[in-house]
Amino acid sequence: MLVEIQNLRIQFPTPTGLSDAVRNVSLTLQQEKLGIVGESGSGKSLTARSILRLLPSYAITTADTLTFDGIDVLRANEATLRSIRGTRAGLILQDPKYSLNPVMTAGAQIAEAWRVHRGGSRKVAEKAAIDLLAQVQIRDPARVAQAYPHELSGGMGQRVMIAMMLAPDPELLIADEPTSALDATVQAEILRLIEDLVSRRGMGLILISHDLPLVSHFCDRVAVMYAGRIVEELRASELTSARHPYTRGLLECLPTLSHKQTRLAVMQRDPSWLGE
Amino acid sequence: MIEVAALHVRFAEIEAVKDVSFEVARGESFGLVGESGSGKSTVLRALSGLNADWTGRVVIDGDIMAPRRGKDFHRRVQMVFQDPYGSLHPRQTVDRLLSEPLLVHRMDNIERRIMRALNEVALSPEVRFRYPHQLSGGQRQRVAIARALMAEPEVLLLDEPTSALDVSVQAEVLNLLSDLQQARGLTYILVSHNLAVVAHLCDRIGVMQGGELVELLSADDLRAGRTKHAHTAALRELSIELEEPEAETLSGFQRK
Repeated sequence: MLVEIQNLRIQFPTPTGLSDAVRNVSLTLQQEKLGIVGESGSGKSLTARSILRLLPSYAITTADTLTFDGIDVLRANEATLRSIRGTRAGLILQDPKYSLNPVMTAGAQIAEAWRVHRGGSRKVAEKAAIDLLAQVQIRDPARVAQAYPHELSGGMGQRVMIAMMLAPDPELLIADEPTSALDATVQAEILRLIEDLVSRRGMGLILISHDLPLVSHFCDRVAVMYAGRIVEELRASELTSARHPYTRGLLECLPTLSHKQTRLAVMQRDPSWLGE
Repeated sequence: MIEVAALHVRFAEIEAVKDVSFEVARGESFGLVGESGSGKSTVLRALSGLNADWTGRVVIDGDIMAPRRGKDFHRRVQMVFQDPYGSLHPRQTVDRLLSEPLLVHRMDNIERRIMRALNEVALSPEVRFRYPHQLSGGQRQRVAIARALMAEPEVLLLDEPTSALDVSVQAEVLNLLSDLQQARGLTYILVSHNLAVVAHLCDRIGVMQGGELVELLSADDLRAGRTKHAHTAALRELSIELEEPEAETLSGFQRK
């Protein structure tokens, strides 16, 4: 089992006491593609980040089990965590504009990631960087390696991020809204690229998004989160037969090209979804 | 209401908008779709007066527009941006944000107008004295829409107004925009890369690619697949494929 989470709870201190951001979440992941879907504040990013223990220091995380490839993440020391973060589990964030170093060329950043995780000479790392850029389907990798982040488009920047994450050959890739800042065409290209790389390298993937239909195209399973809990987990192919009213609501409130609607369905939130 | 003819916008050597022409009738919604960099937002910025460096003919309600606009224009034509957090002043309360257009345009009855605007965008009166960071993304976008409505405009220019929002909130904001249009007889120009959103709100749609308006068609024709240009067909195909919740992976979408 690559990732195993049992009864995860993440709390934040507030003036009125501890507030639950994530409650009673259990998930397992092998070499497969799992989507986590939910709206802002549903706890999807916190859940994924807890696997790398990348939460703010004031967050209180408890779990019956929280392991990455058998390593107890909650009890691991910083050195062990460093051997997981980036090396064995990569994280791709939403906006490459904020994740890339603006004063380093794309190639130099990828080469740096390569040397940190794998060592080797500058020359070897530079060649590896160009090879990685080619793997993320950049047509002219040698030119892009010389470019600074502001000279790259959003889609290109995200490809550079993916290339950097692939450098250490990780077993798990966590993609947190990797395409929300991109337009539909580029979005599809990037997600197909991620899916293709994950399948070819036999990695596990956690794809976080608020777009349920989109995620279902690229994942095997989808966990739907609402207010810190997983309200439904289903196979991506069974999405149309989703039972929970929240999952159904997420699908029904989307405008569609296939037929004309005068008004869009609006989600009627039921307090019982919050659970006990 | 709005007539754009042979609009060109250049940034140094790059021609960002090439010979774009379209007309929008009073009370109509017109949509511009295209990928990033296709020039759709640049058209909107030239129309709104945010970019004065363009050539061509822009007529709004019978008046030929010069690159620099008068005060009355800025009252009648308002804009709503993609990211409400970036477009609302972080140190101003909602009350202050909403009263500013009224002060600028010397309008009376500030108290009554603010309460009416909050009510119109379905925000509760408590929101009035909050700061933008104390609101959710959907509430912020409602404030941005309320602010655009304060000066009683006739035209709203909407630049990706829902792409930063959750899908459930997007539905609420889109419903709000159609209600407001009906109630106030507003004319909309909506820019988005999401075909489904544009087809939902707009009757007629212009498709942009590489700075050119490659096709003008009705939302019904787009839904039915009666497209003439290959780029429109490709965008439509991708949009339909991605919105269907199925497990099948994408059959090769090739970028043209």
